Amino acid sequence: MLSLVVFLPALAALGLLTARSRPQLARWGFVAATATEVVLAAALWLTASGTGFRHEQRLSWIPGIGVSYHVGVDGISLALIAMTSVLFAACAVYSLRQQRAPATFAALMLALETTAIGVFAALDLIVFFLFFDLSLVLMYFVIAGWGHRDHRRAALHFFLYTFVGSLVLLLGFIGIAIAADPTTFDIAALIEQPPLRDAPVAGGFVLLAVGIGLAIKTPLVPLHTWLPPAHTEAPAVGSAILAGVLLKLGTYGFVRIALPILPDAWRRFALVFVILGVVSVLYGALVALAQSDVKRMIAYTSVNHMGYILLGLGTAGMIVGNTEPARQLAITGAATQMVSHGLITGALFLLAGVLYARAREYDMASFGGLAGVAPRYAGLMAVAAFAALGLPGFSGFIAEFHIFTGSLGVQPVATAVALLGVLLTAALFLRALHRLFLGERLLPGGVGRFDDVAARELVPVAALLALATVIGVLPRTLLGTLEPAAHTVAEWVTL
Amino acid sequence: MLTSSHLLILLPLLTGAGLLLAGRRADRLAAPVAIGAHGIVLGLAIAVAIMRPNMRALFLAGLPFGVAVDGLSALMVVLVAGVTLPVLVYASAELAGDDARARFFGLMSVFTAAMLTTVTATSLLPLLMAWEVMGACSYALIGFWWRDGWRARAGTTAFLTTRAGDLGLYLAAGAAFAGLGSLSLERLAVLPSPWSHVVAAGVLAAAAGKSAQLPFSFWLSRAMAGPSSVSALLHSATMVAAGGYLLLRVSPLLHTTGWAGLTAAWLGAATAIAVGAVATLQDDLKQLAAASTSAQLGFVFLAAGAGSVAGGAAHVVGHAAVKSLLLLGGGAFLAVLGTTDLARLRGAGRRMPWTGAGFAVGAVTLAGTPPLALWLTKDLAMHGAPIGLTIASYVAAAFSAAYAGRALVTVLVRPTRQAEHGSRSAARSAATLPPRSVSISPERTPTAMLAALAALVLAVLVVVPVWLDVLPPPAPVPGILSALVALGVLVLVVGAARRGMAVREAVPDAAAKAGRRWLWLAEAARTMIARPVMASATALARFDDRVLAAGLRGAAQGVEGLARVTHQAPERAIAGTVRRGAAGVRRLGHLARLPQTGQLHQYYAQAVVVLVVLVVAAVLLTGYG
Repeated sequence: MLSLVVFLPALAALGLLTARSRPQLARWGFVAATATEVVLAAALWLTASGTGFRHEQRLSWIPGIGVSYHVGVDGISLALIAMTSVLFAACAVYSLRQQRAPATFAALMLALETTAIGVFAALDLIVFFLFFDLSLVLMYFVIAGWGHRDHRRAALHFFLYTFVGSLVLLLGFIGIAIAADPTTFDIAALIEQPPLRDAPVAGGFVLLAVGIGLAIKTPLVPLHTWLPPAHTEAPAVGSAILAGVLLKLGTYGFVRIALPILPDAWRRFALVFVILGVVSVLYGALVALAQSDVKRMIAYTSVNHMGYILLGLGTAGMIVGNTEPARQLAITGAATQMVSHGLITGALFLLAGVLYARAREYDMASFGGLAGVAPRYAGLMAVAAFAALGLPGFSGFIAEFHIFTGSLGVQPVATAVALLGVLLTAALFLRALHRLFLGERLLPGGVGRFDDVAARELVPVAALLALATVIGVLPRTLLGTLEPAAHTVAEWVTL
Repeated sequence: MLTSSHLLILLPLLTGAGLLLAGRRADRLAAPVAIGAHGIVLGLAIAVAIMRPNMRALFLAGLPFGVAVDGLSALMVVLVAGVTLPVLVYASAELAGDDARARFFGLMSVFTAAMLTTVTATSLLPLLMAWEVMGACSYALIGFWWRDGWRARAGTTAFLTTRAGDLGLYLAAGAAFAGLGSLSLERLAVLPSPWSHVVAAGVLAAAAGKSAQLPFSFWLSRAMAGPSSVSALLHSATMVAAGGYLLLRVSPLLHTTGWAGLTAAWLGAATAIAVGAVATLQDDLKQLAAASTSAQLGFVFLAAGAGSVAGGAAHVVGHAAVKSLLLLGGGAFLAVLGTTDLARLRGAGRRMPWTGAGFAVGAVTLAGTPPLALWLTKDLAMHGAPIGLTIASYVAAAFSAAYAGRALVTVLVRPTRQAEHGSRSAARSAATLPPRSVSISPERTPTAMLAALAALVLAVLVVVPVWLDVLPPPAPVPGILSALVALGVLVLVVGAARRGMAVREAVPDAAAKAGRRWLWLAEAARTMIARPVMASATALARFDDRVLAAGLRGAAQGVEGLARVTHQAPERAIAGTVRRGAAGVRRLGHLARLPQTGQLHQYYAQAVVVLVVLVVAAVLLTGYG
């Protein structure tokens, strides 16, 4: 069942490659495949009862060095798989007007979906790494093939930077596997018996390698510079997937690998990650505040939002007194933030795409008063902006409230500093709303009209925002699944 | 199961959400639907005030979403519902036909739902959620006429300023969880140190932000950019009242810390005096009303800090009724006369007698004249305060009488030459607060006044239950001194006005200017916070572009350079070696080709030589044994 969920998009991709001469079939095939995937992910969610890893499947692969095809899910991976499937479906609907090679594009995106879901389902370091690495290759083609302006250069920049990151990550994985006795890449086995318990130096180096690899992907300041150009030049759906799903591969790696497999090293260096997280929160928000390009601004807010996750995960590694409930809150918050950011930032990037589709421009200074000509667009953007700035009633608040409340008792100063990020994001989103939508009407030179959102733009964005609202108003829908898994992770770190 | 407390919150929330989602299609239905819903909400509010329900729902792990109604909450829900209804009625007349009514009434409904949640929340979590939603609604309502950039900016100022204070609530929630493992408001008083100090400080900051106390007061001045009905609601039963309510709610905690109670009280007293002076020096009716709101909430802070919860609550209620009345009246003047400039409003009450009468009653009440509501509630609020605070509050009370007196005199006196005199300042204030198109025709003011009168009735009504039953009865207060202060100042102001004396002449120029500019609080916030933050943001962005990203590009170029170097030196060496090797092989091949002459006799000769060599070798190798 789980393997079907992982590979169905890839199979559909192969099918769509044969439909290259029939673009309309390819577009609707893309929608149908991703919709089926949403249904499958929901079924997976509903049938996964009990604790620990579920829907496990294991096939022998390279037994000599302890590599196997091992997949399985817990609450956190289930939620991320569901979020991924929804975001891809939203992108498929959004792409219904895709003009440039729609079949190839759909096939690439579906293959990308397989790699992302594969990472979230992987219970073997090598399987994790393969999917992780493949996602870079596919994303490279998406940006290089369907981006705009300076996209080839941005794609190459993106690929080389993150590829270096994944090589360092592989180094770390090999370090973990070699230290295990017997040598194994099996995540479940490694969690059961974490290697490098009595080797602080080696453990530190392995965590350094894994940490750098994942931090590039997340991305944490100062390893984030690949993100803004990749986002600005990628097509709208590419940006949505890049921010919504691919960044989560990094943060998910921390939860699935760094914390439980290297608990001692994580606890020892937790403060480093807390500091990196807080720096990312403030740095991302401040740099975003200074941007004039909508997409660059959203890209930097991703740095800010990912910073909160690291703040939560870092404090989860700090054990002082009886802070168990607080650390559980922090991890739940980090996991909620991954889902929430996927939905909200996905919506924001799709909305930014609307701007480009109408006016070939992202510069906020070129626009003004759009609320008059495109009221529905303004409404959607306003809702997405308020969701992104952490307004209660949306999923972002649930995530950030968890992280702050869990972290404050353990790391009061760092958390208080990170709180300023909440104010800065409010300032930057209100500023952006004001510049784009309010005041006198203004359009870039040569653009005569600005149409309101069409159905294929409205439906996916509204669906994403509706989900973010459901999580914000009725958080049990998500937390019921996330909390047990987060509590288990909290235990693993303590062991 | 749905209970009355669910419905109390859900009804306005869902009404608002429905209207917002329906968009302009629902414009024509919006006002009746919202007014009808809030009629029911008022009934529900009275019902919960009597039934006192208590409900909680699972929300986050170990942190339930709870609402309950006790004495203080009962008072507040009735107040909120009671003020919102007439304000909505007024708004239905205020908005122009082409305004986005569904958006307006949807936002107002959500705003009310958020306030109702704030005042019934039993823990910091629902309180914080509702608190922030209220801030966002105020943003959207203040900037309702978004085509005017300055109105939208005023909304942004309000949201960002109050959210800066809200960070305190996030801090308080984290500290309460760290200290107690719970966010229950009731248990905050037993918080261990040091968490109790963090929570008290956080709550104080959040309350000061929402209630526009010093140094946050300036946002309230800008908030007047919204429709008059928004101001009326924002200044009375929601938003600013929330801050006062929160402090009253956590008053026991403030006392356990030792310092927070006194700080709150002195902050309130300082605001009541300083911003009271600001109110007295305004040229514009709306600005006067805004400053007076901030100053009046100062009395509530004083009460919460000094431990007079009942007095503070009574003052919140009394002030809400009076201020909604004054702002709706002021809104009617603006709509009909096109100005809120005090100089040009002279005698407005004579031209619009009904509005003028309602406004006058409000102003007299605001001055603290016995036997009207605020006279009593202000004394209750000061009750039990130490002597220094008591003196400060009498000074503040004198300012209340002064600014209320100015407003009163302005609308009541006969227009004189002085009115012409003021036209210059009118032009100036028009630049800061241009009136929007006149949207209420004089014939429609009766609707507006009906609403205003309803608010007045509420003002009278609420004092009775407060006094008798809802809250523990405070000790009897003579109130004679405050009555004398109020009447004395009122007489002075009226007398001065009759002799044609402007306030401006009574104070030094610098002070008058500082007062009109709200003590330069907004400018201070801009130069000390907003500008440095923007500057550092720009600097960091440049750093990101030119150093971090460029460093990376440099690294990439470095790799490329390395490639070029390897291409030149080692690569050439290796290539040279390979080439030399190849040449050697070629020479060998050339040598090997030499015997291949193609001439048979030479092959035979070669075969003979080889044979001889082989025979000799065989003989030599096998040897002689």
